[in-house]
Amino acid sequence: MSKRIVIDPVTRIEGHAKISIFMDDAGNVSDAIFHVVEFRGFEKFCEGRPYSEMPGITPRICGICPVSHLLASAKAGDAIMAVSIPPAADKLRRLMNLGQIVQSHALSFFHLSAPDFLMGWDTPQAQRNVFGLIAANADLARAGIRLRQFGQEVIEILGGKKIHPAWAVPGGVRSPLTEAGRDKIRAWLPETFATTQVAFDLFKKTLTTHQREVQIFGNFPSLFMGLVAPDGTWEHHGGKLRFTDSSGSIIADQLDPQKYYEFIGESVQNSSYLKSPYYLPLGFPDGMYRVGPLARLNVCEQMGVPKADAELKNFKQMGRGAVTSSFLYHYARLIEILASLEYIERYLDDPDLLSGNLRADAGINNLRGVGVSEAPRGTLFHDYTVDANGLLRKVNLIVATGQNNLAMNQTVAQIARHYVHGNDIPEPMLNRIEHGIRCYDPCLSCSTHAVGQMPLLVRLIAPDGTVLNEMARG
Amino acid sequence: MAAKTLTIDGKQVSAEEGATILEVATDAGIKLPTLCHLDGVYDVGACRLCLVEVAGIGKLLPACTTKISEGMDVKTDSERLRKYRRMTLELLFAERNHVCAVCVANGHCELQTLAYSQGMDHVRYDYSTPKWSVDATHRLFGMDHNRCILCARCVRVCWHIEGAGTKNVSGRGAKATIISDLNQPWGDSETCTACGKCVMSCPTGALFYQGSTVSEMERDRTKLEFIVNAREKKQWLP
Repeated sequence: MSKRIVIDPVTRIEGHAKISIFMDDAGNVSDAIFHVVEFRGFEKFCEGRPYSEMPGITPRICGICPVSHLLASAKAGDAIMAVSIPPAADKLRRLMNLGQIVQSHALSFFHLSAPDFLMGWDTPQAQRNVFGLIAANADLARAGIRLRQFGQEVIEILGGKKIHPAWAVPGGVRSPLTEAGRDKIRAWLPETFATTQVAFDLFKKTLTTHQREVQIFGNFPSLFMGLVAPDGTWEHHGGKLRFTDSSGSIIADQLDPQKYYEFIGESVQNSSYLKSPYYLPLGFPDGMYRVGPLARLNVCEQMGVPKADAELKNFKQMGRGAVTSSFLYHYARLIEILASLEYIERYLDDPDLLSGNLRADAGINNLRGVGVSEAPRGTLFHDYTVDANGLLRKVNLIVATGQNNLAMNQTVAQIARHYVHGNDIPEPMLNRIEHGIRCYDPCLSCSTHAVGQMPLLVRLIAPDGTVLNEMARG
Repeated sequence: MAAKTLTIDGKQVSAEEGATILEVATDAGIKLPTLCHLDGVYDVGACRLCLVEVAGIGKLLPACTTKISEGMDVKTDSERLRKYRRMTLELLFAERNHVCAVCVANGHCELQTLAYSQGMDHVRYDYSTPKWSVDATHRLFGMDHNRCILCARCVRVCWHIEGAGTKNVSGRGAKATIISDLNQPWGDSETCTACGKCVMSCPTGALFYQGSTVSEMERDRTKLEFIVNAREKKQWLP
C-alpha cells in the first residue's frame, strides 16, 4: 500500500515548512515534496503603494536577507525612472550586498550547518545546534558569530542599521561611506580572512569523511542560473544572466534580466505557497534549475579576486563539467565569503565611495521595471508594474528559494531513497533530509524561530488520509 | 484688553482676555500634547489631545479652543487625562492604516512621537483597516489617505496662509476625507499653486514629496510661522 511520510516542521532553516515523502506499493520512495506552509501576500498588499516606498516595504519580507530585497527593489525603481545611477551609488550598493553575502553565508555555515559537520548527523537534536557548537568548540563558534557580525556591521555602517536599512532608494543611495566607517571595516578585515580560512579547513576535513553525502545530498543533473559579468566573471549585483547545464556548457548567456519572463516560467503547485520557476525553453519540470552559491560558481569562469579564484579552481575539479552535488553549496558559500571579503578590501581604497553625488532624480518614465540582484541564496527578481503616477498595479517577486524548490524536492527524494525501505521511518534519515534541505539554506520568510528547538513530526499517511504511523520528537 | 488671572497646575498665571488655555500654558512653560494645533493658523479643536480638566466643569475641554476666564483652575495632567489621551491616540491608530516601520514620516511623525510620549505601547481596539487610496497625481506631492488623521492643518494653511483654498474636508465621521477642489485628483486642481505649505504642515506621513522613501519626510514648520509673522506683524526675522 502506498503511503506518505510527513516531516513537519523542518528545523534550522529560515521559516516554516514541512516535507512529504510518497512511497510506492513496494515500500520504496517514489517522490518527495517540500511544502512551504506560510502565506505572506506581499505581492498583493503592495498594490496601490508608490513605487518609491517599495525599498522600505519589501525588505520586511525577511530579517535575514533584507538587503537583497532592498537592492532589488531599488533597482526596479531605477528601471521605472529609466535612470543610470551615479557610479558611486552603484559601488556603495555593491559594498552593502557583499556585507550581506558575508553575514548570511556565515550564519548558514556556522550557526545552522556547522553543528551537523562537527557533531555528526546522529548526535541528539537537543545538542546539535549552535549552543552545542559553542559547548564543543567555543572558539569556532565565536569566530563564526564575529564573521557574521562583520557583515552586519558593513550593512549598518552604510545604512544606519543592521536590519531593514532604508538606504538604497530608486535612483541611488541616501548616504556615502564615511571615513570612520571605512577605517572600521579595514581594521576588522584581517580577522575575517582568518576565520574564513578556519571554515575552509573545517569543511575540507568534513569532505574527507562525507563522500557519501556528496554523492547523495542532491547530486543530480540540473541547469544552473546566475548573474555574470560580460567576461563571465562572478557577479552579485550587476551583469546579465547565464544558464549552464550539468555538463558545464553554457546554454544561454547574457540574457537581459529585465526580460526574465521571456525565459523563466513560474509553475504554481497546490501543495505549497512557493512558486516553482523553470527555464521556459525546456518546459516544466525539465527546465528545473538551481540558483545560489553553487549555481553562481558553476556559471562563472572566475571570481575576479586571487584567493577566491584559487579556491574556485579546486571547486571546479569536484564535478565533471558542473559541480552537481548540493552538499557542495557549503563549499561554494565559503568561496563566496572569501571573494566578498576580497572585494570589500578592494572597495575600501576607492575614493568614489566617499562621494556625495549619489542619487539620480527622475519621474515615471517606464511603466514596468525589473530589479535583479544576487541574494545570498540566489537570484532575486522584483518586477513592478506602475500606473502613470507611479502607484503599483502589479508586483511579481521571484525569490531564490522558489527557484530551488524543484531541486529541493529531488534532494529529499534522493536522500530518502537511500534510507527508507519498507514501513519504518529510520531516525538517521530525518537528520539527513533536514540537512539536505539545509544545503540550500532556504529562506522561507522572515520568521524568527528558535534555532534547533522545534519539534519534528513525521507521519505515514495512506492515500485515503489515514495516519498509519506517527513519530514525534523535540 | 483686561488681564485675567487663573491657575494652571497650581501655578498662578495671568494673561490677556481672549487668550486660549493652550497659549497661556505654553507661555508658562507647561507643555500640552497637541496634534491638530499648528503655530501660525487658528485652532479647531479636532484632535482632542490637549484636553484639560477645569474645576467646576464636569467634561474635559480642549485647551486650544477654550478661552481663559477669571479664577479658572486648570489641570493639564491627571490619571484621567492620561487615560483619555492614550485612548484618543489608540483610536487614531485603529481608524486608518498607520504602519510606522515603512512610513515616509517614520522618526519625524508627530502622531508617532505623541504615542511614544504618552506611553501608548499597544492598541486595544481592532484596527479597522479601511481601504484608502493614494493620490499621486500631483507633479510634486502625494497624499496617502491611509495616514491622514483629519487634523485639517493642510486645509487651514491652504486657505489662510496661501489663500488658494484648494484643500477641503469632505464627508463626515470616519468617512471624512481631505479633498482637492471639487473632489478631483490633486494633479487636476486648478487652484493649487504647488506651494507645498500643506506638505509642510502635515503631522504624519499623509502628505509627502513625490519619490520620498522611508523616514525621509522631514518638515520645517517654522517657515509657516515665519510667513505669518512677516505678513501680519511685518517681522522678517526667522
